[in-house]
Amino acid sequence: MARDAAMRRRSFFARLGALLGAAAIPARAQIRFQPPQDITPFIMEITKGITPEKSGVEVELPVLVENGNTVPLRVRVASPMTEADHVKAIHVFAERNPRPRVASFFLGPQCGKAEVSARVRLAGTQTVTVLAELSGNRFRVGPRDVLVTSGACLDDASL
Amino acid sequence: MRPLVLLLSCAALQCAAEDIPSRPSPLKGGIEFQGEAIRAMQADAFGNPGMLWVDRGAALWKAPAGARKVSCASCHGADGSSMNGVAVRYPSYVASLGGVVDLEQRVNACVTGNQEARAFAWESQELLALTAFIASRSRGMPIVPDPSPDSDATYERGRSIYFQRQGQLNLACTNCHDASWGKRLLSEPISQGHPADWPAYRLEWQAMGSLERRLRACYLGVRAEMPAYGSPDLVALEVYLARRASGVVSNPPGVRR
Amino acid sequence: MILGKIQVPATVKAGEAFEVRVLVQHPMETGFRRDLDGHAIPMHIVDKLSCTFAGREVFRAELGSGMSANPYIAFFATASRSGEIVVEWSDDQGDKGSARATVNVA
Repeated sequence: MARDAAMRRRSFFARLGALLGAAAIPARAQIRFQPPQDITPFIMEITKGITPEKSGVEVELPVLVENGNTVPLRVRVASPMTEADHVKAIHVFAERNPRPRVASFFLGPQCGKAEVSARVRLAGTQTVTVLAELSGNRFRVGPRDVLVTSGACLDDASL
Repeated sequence: MRPLVLLLSCAALQCAAEDIPSRPSPLKGGIEFQGEAIRAMQADAFGNPGMLWVDRGAALWKAPAGARKVSCASCHGADGSSMNGVAVRYPSYVASLGGVVDLEQRVNACVTGNQEARAFAWESQELLALTAFIASRSRGMPIVPDPSPDSDATYERGRSIYFQRQGQLNLACTNCHDASWGKRLLSEPISQGHPADWPAYRLEWQAMGSLERRLRACYLGVRAEMPAYGSPDLVALEVYLARRASGVVSNPPGVRR
Repeated sequence: MILGKIQVPATVKAGEAFEVRVLVQHPMETGFRRDLDGHAIPMHIVDKLSCTFAGREVFRAELGSGMSANPYIAFFATASRSGEIVVEWSDDQGDKGSARATVNVA
């Protein structure tokens, strides 16, 4: 019991330090200890070397994210969604997440509309990149910068 | 006779509200201090993550349990409409229990007393689900603090805690939630500290939690020792906050930062 | 069983895209967190989700730890006649769940 309490106290202070530290440091300095990863290899793996077109992908995210644990994301890709011309997949990458590959969504003409919404985790201020894979071996990419702020009343040790 | 009683009790309530040494003006529920995305998430009857607990609570409500093999629905009706407006009255003095209890304690009293089942642990998924379901039957209703004089002593205890500086940061509730509401701590706006919308899904927890958990988080925030779940201090604080928030509209399950 | 739910509009027009919304109850543990005693909490996420309408696949997703706890996903589908839409999901421990709804083509 006493050991338990001591451990809890210790982890509490560790957490507190980490949280206060992370929260107090401006975005630019944060990037230094949690650098964005180059997501080009992830994209190349899908496009097999084809350079994606930088248009036609609309990425909707809050202007200012209040908590990076749950961030509403909406992606719209300009496409008629016909048998001949449709979006096959939408891939979401977050360069500063420890695992940048957030999710892949697979669609087809039966969807009728190339639009997907999700709630994602974002580990700090960064660029979110959405890659759309179109029929006919074509690709479109839409980067979107997002500012993830930190609140002061952080805890998960209250349980 | 009835209207007169109502009038008198309203007058008493009004009086009590005016006596409250820290009633912010205008009164703003916690949701008003959240950003657009969080407000949209709370208002979304399907997408509010707290609704997962409400749904689970609706199922538990009908599930027979305990030695007597009865469900909540056996006594209170299947659809839970008998719970309309109940959660916004808690904590309340309950004569049969001989004291002031919050919603979680009231549910557990029923579980152990009437179902003869084992009490749910604090912050267990079951207790959160049941309280979320019951609280959801108060959506859109204003907080109506327990007018019983039997809760006055508990109120007094809560009031003194509210103004007591504590923790390594040496802060009282009032220092943030009366003196500084609307200002920011880092990027986070300080709320008026009302208990509306609870239990709530807090993004920081990535889960549903009770008002008691949120209050404990505040103790943690000022680096004070957290009172145990169900302790008289937390219940007293809830009673004080309820009277202070009289009239604030509640929309549980809430969503918070 | 992993709980979750689905929402589609009450009625849809034949061939016109309608939104399908899905909410699943799952902690989506990243594997990067520690408990209060300092022990690492192993990764535990819903990693697959798929949707079929009248038995045919409409939509599929591969999810990572970058998806929020209690994942929410919405997408579009079309129907030429009424039928049942089913969403199924599974996590990396083999646990599964599903939700279904009737699509009424007006």
